[in-house]
Amino acid sequence: MSDRYDLGYRLLRRLVIRKERVKGMGKEGQFLGTGDLAIEAKGLVKIFGKQRAVDGVDLAIRKGTVYGFLGPNGAGKTTTIRMLATLTKPDAGNARIFGHDLIDEGDAIRSRISMTGQYASIDEDLTGMENLVMMARLMGYGRKDAKVRAKELLGAFGLEEAAKRQVKNYSGGMRRRIDIAASIVVIPDLLFLDEPTTGLDPRSRNQVWAIIRALVGSGTTVLLTTQYLDEADQLADRIAVINHGKIIAEGTSGELKASVGSGTLNVQLIDAADQVPAAEILEQQLSVPVHYTRDSTLLSAQINDPGLVAGALGVLAKEGIAISDFSFGRPSLDEVFLTLTGHAAGEEAKREEEIS
Amino acid sequence: MTDFTESGSRTKEIKLRDSIASSKRPKPPGALSSTLTFATRALLRIKHVPEQMFDVTVFPIIFLLMFTYLFGGAIAGSTAEYLQFLLPGILVMTVSQITMYTGIDLNNDIRKGIFDRFRTLPIWLPSALVGALLIDVIRYSIASVIMIALGFMLGFRPEGGMMGILVAITLILVFSFSFSWIWTAVGLVVRSEKSLMMISFMVLFPLTFVSNVFVDPKTLPSWLQSFVEVNPVSVLATAVRGAMHGSLTAGQVMWVLLASVAMTAIFAPVTIYLYRNKK
Repeated sequence: MSDRYDLGYRLLRRLVIRKERVKGMGKEGQFLGTGDLAIEAKGLVKIFGKQRAVDGVDLAIRKGTVYGFLGPNGAGKTTTIRMLATLTKPDAGNARIFGHDLIDEGDAIRSRISMTGQYASIDEDLTGMENLVMMARLMGYGRKDAKVRAKELLGAFGLEEAAKRQVKNYSGGMRRRIDIAASIVVIPDLLFLDEPTTGLDPRSRNQVWAIIRALVGSGTTVLLTTQYLDEADQLADRIAVINHGKIIAEGTSGELKASVGSGTLNVQLIDAADQVPAAEILEQQLSVPVHYTRDSTLLSAQINDPGLVAGALGVLAKEGIAISDFSFGRPSLDEVFLTLTGHAAGEEAKREEEIS
Repeated sequence: MTDFTESGSRTKEIKLRDSIASSKRPKPPGALSSTLTFATRALLRIKHVPEQMFDVTVFPIIFLLMFTYLFGGAIAGSTAEYLQFLLPGILVMTVSQITMYTGIDLNNDIRKGIFDRFRTLPIWLPSALVGALLIDVIRYSIASVIMIALGFMLGFRPEGGMMGILVAITLILVFSFSFSWIWTAVGLVVRSEKSLMMISFMVLFPLTFVSNVFVDPKTLPSWLQSFVEVNPVSVLATAVRGAMHGSLTAGQVMWVLLASVAMTAIFAPVTIYLYRNKK
């Protein structure tokens, strides 16, 4: 496990304790009857024109976990979280957020959630400081406290130097951070993050991940959408794979990977002329179909029984077919997605706008 | 650039932790407090984007000069005489036209996503609009003062005196505040700033020109006269002219207030409904 994750975890254990103490004094108890679910949704449907953007989504998301919505553009991820964040009404179905009815108790829900949209949801003409002060005032902080809180957040997100610059002059990573900072002026019990790292460089992406982990460590439930399989893999306790408005698979990343077989074998041949005989041997030995790829020296196969792999490679060597490389591992979420939907993540309708 | 995810930046990590730990949930703000916060936001936007004041400074000056010298000789025989008739009307026209910027600002908020953030806050939702409108009323006042001051330089001499001018400006502000609700409602429905501009042009152009702002409606064909008479812009122009020239009647004031109340009563609830239920 990386140092970063470890550090965040240790630091935050103390936080959790503090937070619980505060909670004990609050009026949280009255909702405890609803169990430990942050979100419980049944049959959510949203229709835009003729298209069923969200088509019967059920969810059960435990408090204090990170839940990932994984799917291509236009799959219905954004529409689903917009419904859960009270921004748009479902055409059918309902949900309870911390036990509150999504349709009838919007105000109660709004006082416990926060949402960071896909595009920077802050005033780009204002400075970072002014934006955070405004948010703090809107959350109910007094004038002086709002400034203190804004400064504290700017410091925590590494934005002190940019405090007096207009947000429109921020880099993509800074924008994303100020955006998330604006969402946690008051730490929400449930935070919605719509594609929090889309378009960020790896370094900025790591920063955003660290922030998310810190929040979860403090007890916040996070629901995030992503098109990036590694992001869901890294952050989410559970993942729902969404396509055409439906959840087509749900589970931990390990469960999802296991559900599509043991893994993929890739064999790199030295001579392209060996392609056909090599494929025949492998199919015979592994009793699964072998796929040709665009690279005429590369063969790949989804393996059911990992025990057969070593023997199959041995037969190749015995038959005099030289290979330069082979790999065998658990499937990546990319492969999971390919198997579940029949096309790669993000491949479908790249230009198709997310309906919102 | 700071990076709290790498070694040697533990202080950042600690700051992040502290900022999370020190979060408390204050009581949600009252309606007045959140309205003032949104008004402050509008003021800060003026500070950072001063160009947006062109519509209440340069625009009125160009309008007044253009129409005084373009039509003065032809319609009234002399520009000085025409100015006495034209200034109250063109003031009404100019301010009516800039009301649409309220809708444009709102439309921009929606497209940029900040609108969604406001809607997930535990606040009295109309405060986002009312706060912005309050600052718009200040902008309308600025436009009015600039036009009247320029009018004085060009020879405008109202018989109603200072009092008359103040009453006239008040009527304009009440009317414009109410009129703005139409543009906030439209701003919530249309897809882009461009379509909003087009719609507002289609409404405002006939509404302001086919009125008694430029000419005495008696010279018009009778079918057009009846439109001019019920046109709310004419109603306001008549009252403003009356106030400035000391001939204001209670009836004229009543019609302006009635038109204002009607616009607010219809379009404010529509706006709030759309704001709350925007897809």
